[in-house]
Amino acid sequence: MTGTATAAPLLDVRGLEKRFGGLVATDRVDLRVDGGEIHALIGPNGAGKTTLVAQLGGQLASDRGTIVFAGDDITAWPTHRRARHGLARSFQTTRLFRSASVIDNLALAVQAVTGSNLDAWRPARRDRALFERARELLDTLGLGAKAAHAIDQLSHGERRALEVGMTFASRPRLLLLDEPMAGMGRDESARMEALIGVVRTQCAVLLIEHDVDAVFRLADRVSVLVGGRVVASGTPGAVRSDPAVIAAYLGDDAGAA
Amino acid sequence: MAPIEAKPLGLRGALLLPLCALAIAIALPFVLRAFGLDFYLSLASRIVVYAIAATSLNLVLGYAGLVSFGHAAFFGLGAYVTAIMISEGVQSGPLHLAATIAVTALAALVIGAISLRTRGVYFIMITLAFAQMLFYLANSVKGYGGDEGLNIRARSLFSLGPYLLDLKNPLALYYVALAVLVIALVALARFAPSRFGRAVLALRDDDVRAEALGFPTYRYKLVVFVVAGALGGIAGALSVNLQGYVSPNALHWTQSGTLMVMVILGGVATVSGGLAGAAVLLLLQEVLATTTEHHEFWTGWVLLAVVLFARQGIVGLWTRRRAPSLS
Repeated sequence: MTGTATAAPLLDVRGLEKRFGGLVATDRVDLRVDGGEIHALIGPNGAGKTTLVAQLGGQLASDRGTIVFAGDDITAWPTHRRARHGLARSFQTTRLFRSASVIDNLALAVQAVTGSNLDAWRPARRDRALFERARELLDTLGLGAKAAHAIDQLSHGERRALEVGMTFASRPRLLLLDEPMAGMGRDESARMEALIGVVRTQCAVLLIEHDVDAVFRLADRVSVLVGGRVVASGTPGAVRSDPAVIAAYLGDDAGAA
Repeated sequence: MAPIEAKPLGLRGALLLPLCALAIAIALPFVLRAFGLDFYLSLASRIVVYAIAATSLNLVLGYAGLVSFGHAAFFGLGAYVTAIMISEGVQSGPLHLAATIAVTALAALVIGAISLRTRGVYFIMITLAFAQMLFYLANSVKGYGGDEGLNIRARSLFSLGPYLLDLKNPLALYYVALAVLVIALVALARFAPSRFGRAVLALRDDDVRAEALGFPTYRYKLVVFVVAGALGGIAGALSVNLQGYVSPNALHWTQSGTLMVMVILGGVATVSGGLAGAAVLLLLQEVLATTTEHHEFWTGWVLLAVVLFARQGIVGLWTRRRAPSLS
């Protein structure tokens, strides 16, 4: 914003820690995500990816370290304030509003970050801006024909797409996508990949993903998390050939959890 | 524009039933008098008062999805505030109302601020514990009747210009309670499809998601809890005017249980669920009490039948199943 050539990173995480009793789930993690990039976070099961995402999203408080987002130290901010500041996240297990239709889910996501929500008298349906944005998202997600459908009428892939769409509704500056392709078939994965391609034109993405092939296709930079620590960070090519990564990542089954 | 959200609202159809019910409610005292059944006016008033209390609980339980097992705290507190003021010689209705709202809202703020940090079973237990604390407190305060309860001779007085509205008059009490109920139901009907109402329904569905989207869920729950507490308090104040008496039983957990039964019986998260539940339960008790000694046994069967066969309560029986929507 100030016009300096070397812009500050959008997300700057330093020395982040999280312990559960004796277990160190997040161990002095440093991570930076720049505006406009897709930064992928990979790592074997139990590496602490989901814990880290929860710390960034605000669902879990950090024991130590700082999270600076868009120039503000948000380490102690509650989740809803982070979201309103442009830091949105999706969930690994789909979390949608079951008693709402598809379009209402999206309208709620838009509503959460726009204007005051304390109006308890006028019907929200009169609020054109809410539903225009929701409809626009619906088309982006390819769910245009299913606006009035119930959540349980959607396929798994459609639900995952909606899950991502919900997070995207707020026009965030950074999107944390927690394993968006989990449990998907090849076709659905391809569609999700295309969706992430659309999303990236509008905001930065921190992509947590198991599907390593997709990660190397999509990501500008990759960080590898093992045992709560970032063991490597760089371009996909550099990370792929990093011997430490190969050892740690592939040695997961034999190595320590 | 695709006709997708064009949900047939049918305003005229939607308003027909409530307006008929209102007309019947307004005419009821005269009908009863015409048939020499004046005695039943107090039953009608009791239904209205409990409908207000059950509606306030439905806001918390149904709309916000918070299983509060201590709603009697606010009902009883409202009754005690008004009864104590009257026994101390304060007869002004507006003062009773103001004090009731202030005290019950404050109590709900404190109880809610603490309980809403917990969830699930812990929330149920902690709200129950707060209500029981007040129950034992009322039992121990001998100055205001202790475990014997508090009788009041006078009632709330409202002066409307040259007219004096004395809630000692059963007709006045009935209409004042009815007015409160109508205001509460209209407000609830407006609330559900409003921005705030939808946000509350969303956090009922999934508060982790709602929070992650940017809704300050804790604050919203607290607002709902406080509003419901104050409305429950008003119901309590009306109840003491109706009965001329309040005892610690108004704060007992069985009272909270009765209100929950009314909500579940009538219809969770439906505008008229509290009213339907209160009407059915109290009428059922009235009818069964005159025909059998074991009325609670039979009431239990009715509740069981409703829970098993009419998942959306009595109200759900005549509202056709609609496409899922928050509004």
